[in-house]
Amino acid sequence: MKETRGDKIFRVVVAIILLFVNIIMLYPFILVISLSISDPQAVLRGEVVFLPVGFSTEAYNKMITTPNFWMSYKNTIIYAVVGTVITLALTSLTAFPLSVAKFRSRKYLNLYYMITMFVYGGMIPTFLVIRSLHIIDTLWAMVLPGALSAYNIMIFRSFFQGIPDSLHESAYIDGANDWRVLFSIILPLSKPVLATIALFTMVRHWNSFFNALLYLNSPDKYPLQMILRNILIGAEQLDKDSGFEDFAKRSVTEALKAASIIITTLPVICIYPFIQRYFVKGVMIGSVKG
Amino acid sequence: MGKKNSTTSVPAQVKHVKKVSENAFLYDWKRNRNLLWMSVIGVVVMFIFNYMPMGGIVIAFKDYNLFRGIWGSDWAGLKHFRSFFGDPYFGRLLRNTFLTGFWTFIFTFPAPIILALMLNELKDGMYKKVTQTITYLPYFISAVVVVSLMKTMFSGSGPVNQIINAMGGQTILFFNEPGWFRPLYVGSAIWQTVGYNSIIYLAALSGVDPTLYEAATLDGATKMQKIINVTIPAISGTILVLLIMNIGSVVQVGFEKVFLMYSPGTYETADVLSTYVYRRGIQGREYSFGATVDLFNSVISMTLLVIANTIARKVSGEGLW
Repeated sequence: MKETRGDKIFRVVVAIILLFVNIIMLYPFILVISLSISDPQAVLRGEVVFLPVGFSTEAYNKMITTPNFWMSYKNTIIYAVVGTVITLALTSLTAFPLSVAKFRSRKYLNLYYMITMFVYGGMIPTFLVIRSLHIIDTLWAMVLPGALSAYNIMIFRSFFQGIPDSLHESAYIDGANDWRVLFSIILPLSKPVLATIALFTMVRHWNSFFNALLYLNSPDKYPLQMILRNILIGAEQLDKDSGFEDFAKRSVTEALKAASIIITTLPVICIYPFIQRYFVKGVMIGSVKG
Repeated sequence: MGKKNSTTSVPAQVKHVKKVSENAFLYDWKRNRNLLWMSVIGVVVMFIFNYMPMGGIVIAFKDYNLFRGIWGSDWAGLKHFRSFFGDPYFGRLLRNTFLTGFWTFIFTFPAPIILALMLNELKDGMYKKVTQTITYLPYFISAVVVVSLMKTMFSGSGPVNQIINAMGGQTILFFNEPGWFRPLYVGSAIWQTVGYNSIIYLAALSGVDPTLYEAATLDGATKMQKIINVTIPAISGTILVLLIMNIGSVVQVGFEKVFLMYSPGTYETADVLSTYVYRRGIQGREYSFGATVDLFNSVISMTLLVIANTIARKVSGEGLW
């Protein structure tokens, strides 16, 4: 099919609009990178609007020596890893029976899980339940609520159902039980969906702020996002308190804010390409087939 | 179906169907015990973290007692509802929640459709791939970082104010002015979600039959006419399902971003039901009152969902249920 002149112009216009969209998407990231490595004095004078002005790693040095920073980094990694393992284990176990045709209870169990997609107890009742379990201010408050979601169960179930029946049937004939079928046949064949959900869950834990705000009291257990927020609020407070007098201090906090954003976000940006490979698939399974 | 039965002993199964067809759990206890065991942990976890809070909502009708817990506390009737409806902030909270949700929905719902339509016009290649990668990225950025990026962009000496100043305007302190809360909230919501939410529409678009376009071309349709008459009708089913799924969000304004963005100076437009629950319920420890607001919020969003679904079924015969 030949392209007409009008079609060509149309395509060019679309490409130009998308160029602007790309710039808007990327600009904030470029700006903070520039702010974080520029000369702090230039940052404060408002000279940094796109590319770095001067060069300084002062903000990063300060960041690395900030107390609690590395601890919160470690905490976040622990929450993300433990939370992801729990999510994968729970979701696999829960979703597998739902994919087995001979299992009659699956209709009722399915309904039981799906209801939770539409009905939510609310912030306060959830908080009170978690408190009554005595897991406030522990790792468990960070990894258990939300570990099992109807949405993930649905995605796992559709994937398991897509595995040819003949595979597990032959295993059953050979005398394997359901556990064996799940661990030796289904899960090894489900690596793509396990990887997808693992990456999404990890990012969710990495970015999570709400659970920590509600369920943690001790600063030494705070995840990265809480510390990041405190740094940003602290910087704002300093702005208000010191006005323009404490020039040196302020100049560092501006860059410090930027540096803390970069250090916090870098891991997510690093695993983003791996997520992107999978997530087109993940989104489709979840939403279209729903 | 036939294949499945042929491998196992058919007569035995038929007999069981007759005997215990009224109780699936009994049947599975006898024949699929392992599968039941596997389900136990999921059922328990869901019960604790989802169903117990649902039941715990009764605390809205009680006076929460720290030592006696949700179930042991005394009943209080509709006391907390009366005080919530009589609350001086009631009107403001309702208006803010609804308007924030409404404008977010109005802008973030069509934006990914438009982006997907534009991406669909590009030829497959580097530019399309790069654009997709860039536009999907903000979805994976945390709320804390999104808000700090905004505060950097819109600070008194930030690039936005520099542009305003260069054009002769006065510096605007965006985060201190109630009038700017909603534009910032909605704008950043578009920035975060437009790319990622376009994925599903792109998937639907890739399924459109190319012969439809060829036929339209033969009929002399322009690009725009093809988009309106071929492309959009082809993805209208997807649009409708997502529309219903998202309608409840009009009153479910996310807590995190508002909480990170607002300050007492902007409560006037920024304070929503969920942030009020946090301040009164968690910080003020008025658990029963907080639960009342929670319940109120859930009931409205459920109602909206049911209404949207009913309308969708009437209009197009499709719905979530």
